[in-house]
Amino acid sequence: MKHVLTFLELESGPRVDVTWDGTALSLPEGSNLAAAMLAAGVGVFRHTPVSKAPRSPFCMMGTCFDCLVEIDGVTRQACMVEVTEGMVISQPQELGGQVNEM
Amino acid sequence: MAAAAEASELGLSVTIIDEQPRAGGQIYRDVDKVSPSRAPILGTDYTDGKRLTESLRQSGIEYLPGAVVWAIEDQFRIMYTCEGRGAQIQADRILLATGALERPMPIPGWTLPGVMTAGAGQILLKQSGVVAKKSVLVGSGPLLYLIAAQMVRAGTPPVAMIETQTRSDLGRALWHVGGALRGWRYIMKGLKMLAEITLARVPRYSGASDIAIEGDDAAKAVTFIYKGRERRIDCDIVFLHHGVVPNPQASRSLRISHNWNAAQQSFVPKLDEWGQSDVAGVFIAGDGAGIGGAKAAEQAGRLAVLKIAEDSALLSTQDRDLKAAPLRRELGRELAARPFLDTAYPPYIAALTPDDNTTICRCEEVTAGEIRGYAKLGCLGPNQTKAFGRAGMGPCQGRYCGLTVTALLADANRQSPDETGYYRIRAPLKPVTLGELAAMDDMVQNSAE
Amino acid sequence: METDYVIIGGGVVGLSVAWGLLRRGLTVTVLDGDDGSFRASRGNFGLVWVQSKGMNEPRYARWSQQSAAIWADFADEVADNTGKTIPLEQNGGLDLHFSEETLHATLEKYEKLKTQLDGDYPYEVLGHNALRKSEPHIGPKVVGAILHHQDGHANPLKLLVALAADVRRLGGRVLTGKIVTAVTKPDTFHISCADGTFFSSNKVVLSAGLGAAQLGPKMGFKTPVRPQRGQVLITEKLPKLINRPSLIARQVDEGGIQIGATNEEVGLDDRVTQPGLSGLAAEAIAAYPALARAQLVRSWGALRILSPDGLPIYQESAELPGAFLVTCHSGITLAAAHARLLPDWLEGNDAAPNLEVFSETRFDVS
Ligand SMILES: Cc1cc2nc3c(=O)[nH]c(=O)nc-3n(C[C@H](O)[C@H](O)[C@H](O)COP(=O)(O)OP(=O)(O)OC[C@H]3O[C@@H](n4cnc5c(N)ncnc54)[C@H](O)[C@@H]3O)c2cc1C
Ligand code: FES
Repeated sequence: MKHVLTFLELESGPRVDVTWDGTALSLPEGSNLAAAMLAAGVGVFRHTPVSKAPRSPFCMMGTCFDCLVEIDGVTRQACMVEVTEGMVISQPQELGGQVNEM
Repeated sequence: MAAAAEASELGLSVTIIDEQPRAGGQIYRDVDKVSPSRAPILGTDYTDGKRLTESLRQSGIEYLPGAVVWAIEDQFRIMYTCEGRGAQIQADRILLATGALERPMPIPGWTLPGVMTAGAGQILLKQSGVVAKKSVLVGSGPLLYLIAAQMVRAGTPPVAMIETQTRSDLGRALWHVGGALRGWRYIMKGLKMLAEITLARVPRYSGASDIAIEGDDAAKAVTFIYKGRERRIDCDIVFLHHGVVPNPQASRSLRISHNWNAAQQSFVPKLDEWGQSDVAGVFIAGDGAGIGGAKAAEQAGRLAVLKIAEDSALLSTQDRDLKAAPLRRELGRELAARPFLDTAYPPYIAALTPDDNTTICRCEEVTAGEIRGYAKLGCLGPNQTKAFGRAGMGPCQGRYCGLTVTALLADANRQSPDETGYYRIRAPLKPVTLGELAAMDDMVQNSAE
Repeated sequence: METDYVIIGGGVVGLSVAWGLLRRGLTVTVLDGDDGSFRASRGNFGLVWVQSKGMNEPRYARWSQQSAAIWADFADEVADNTGKTIPLEQNGGLDLHFSEETLHATLEKYEKLKTQLDGDYPYEVLGHNALRKSEPHIGPKVVGAILHHQDGHANPLKLLVALAADVRRLGGRVLTGKIVTAVTKPDTFHISCADGTFFSSNKVVLSAGLGAAQLGPKMGFKTPVRPQRGQVLITEKLPKLINRPSLIARQVDEGGIQIGATNEEVGLDDRVTQPGLSGLAAEAIAAYPALARAQLVRSWGALRILSPDGLPIYQESAELPGAFLVTCHSGITLAAAHARLLPDWLEGNDAAPNLEVFSETRFDVS
């Protein structure tokens, strides 16, 4: 995944370290997680369980669920979460397991 | 916020539950936190919200921020989660002020990363001071101009505005303005924003059609037809918007009756003049009751509270009506601009009943063509297509496909939207973990089948 | 237009029967309700299940076994005809137990039934450790399970869509938004709908689920069916967590964990309730502790269609010969039997299965 910065942060404040899919990111403390990840260049938040299509935040108000990520083992909407020090964030482990043909 | 302040003044005990960590709603989002440098970008309408958040702090109202309501049950037990724990409160009456959602705008490519609602763009700016560097705005409506103007002020104007309304829409709309002064004021405000946009030399393509977003893993460009010619504009981010519609989740889950409103092209809950629904004790105010805007929401919230206070014997009928009169006048003035706005900026027709190949259910990735196919298999309403094809079953619970599915089925079966109906909405209104649920349990015996 | 059969009710029962009749070259019209109808076929748990069925009536256990045995073949045929898949897994199913007492009590009943079925009741007991081998996520509170090899699960909605498509492909006429209000038999059957339309046929099958309770008595049936609510939960889509289905939870083909269901006598109320949902969540977590962190995505309530003893009712009307009541609780399990075996009984062929024990006369007060 390439990290082109498509968003710009207008202000800068204190930052904290988190990990995203195993790599370190430094995000503004207390900021909205989805916004901070976008500003840090994260382009794809998850892949859909149906077709594995890439997705990223769409509504930013907790209604579309396209910003789902796994935070410390629980699937959550990144746009409804504030950044805290040491968060472990990853793509949600969704899986459309197929039932075996008999 | 306005309703709560009024209610507590009248002696009612009030709890506000809001899933956002800070007060303000979508419109005055994070108004208390916003940095002084961003205030001029957002404009005085926004900072106006401070008046409300301050009244909240002073009034001794119980305020539960970060509390996510996932179910409302009889005699009004309200279930919510807060900081990973399940809890509930009991209330005699409920005022739903759950606001609006952006009207779903299913066009080819709208599920690609980099495509967002215009509202999302605004939230990014308001809440986080994050702006898109190379974006295109697509659709119609005042919010599109507002965000464009705000982006201009932030120094990152959009690359282009691809607008779906036509000149004749505007012409027809002007008939509606009539003598409504407040209507004119909105128009002037709109013109001022347009002037800002024009000054920044943002190209505008109005009356655009056949709009599609290109890209494999992310949005790369928007293609459309303008004045008979095909155009293509490169961008990284696309902001979509063609109006807002009432957020139906909470009111639908309570099985409140809704009717189709043709002017607003959406369902609105059936309410009396105080905003009370046909489920006694449940009131709805604000955009959730029908789109009217922030100021109108304030008046409507206060009106509902007057009725509640009267029901609770804290206010005589006479006093209620006395206090209501000026609120109603103000509400009328606020709503005067609606017919103009609804006509001037109609929804983009191609996104109401999209082409067969367009995905309409983002969660389960169901296309418009599939829905039409289920209509041929006898599906008359959206609950049948939900069972047949999963549209509406995903985590968004139909918020971004509900109106489209109703429109597609109404069209295919030649029925009205009222006859076609809408999804049944059930808990959870918002996600809740099984652990949070189980923590509220006293075990009962069940068997699956 | 007159058809051989009018089927009242286009749920899984009505469509299975319609499919079977069409396959035999008969002409069929299916009349089904509207978007607001109660539809057990859309809210059920999707088990193709044998164990615990017919504990007091071996014929019912046998009927369920017969259906389960031909289910895959039936589903394949419908799937091939329509190009739609019907996910099915018949690797056995589990009855999980949290106490030795309930486990032993159940085993005693299974032993008795096994003898009545001439030994054809293939189940085994798995202690906690054995269970853990096939279900690594099982929790410590589960003392053991009964694994029954004839059990399985399917995607009931995909079955419904495929059936709906295949019934049409076979030339069946399926009309929705048709609420039948009266059935008379001046000479042939005359079936009238709420919207003023009417249909005629030589025979009628009443398979309207809970709707049969109103219509049945007018057609000479007792129709002692009542609703029983089952609330069901489904989680976000998860990596493989549960292998075999149980009466507590199963992982569906799309990845979500389905948890169910309550047994509530609340009339025609199909809402969900917090106590119902919490109870189900707690039980599922007791069985599979990892589920505590899973997000609930959807829940629903659906109404079972239950006869007093829980068994199906297959009855021809004495008042209106040629009219049949067909209703059951386990319409998914019995779909194959209804499609492949029941038509012989409706047609009165030599091959007709003996369904005496399922007649309404069993409810006569003697
Ligand atoms: C919670 C729950 C879990 C279940 N789990 C399982 C399981 O795991 N395995 C299993 O095998 N079974 C299960 N079942 C049972 C199974 O779902 C039912 O046996 C089956 O769906 C019944 O199908 P039906 O066609 O009789 O009824 P329905 O699906 O209810 O269909 C009845 C149809 O009749 C129509 N209708 C009603 N009145 C009229 C009228 N007057 N005119 C025209 N049309 C009318 C309605 O519109 C409706 O479509 C479960 C049920 C529930 C509620
Ligand atoms: S971006 Fe839509 S829910 Fe978070």
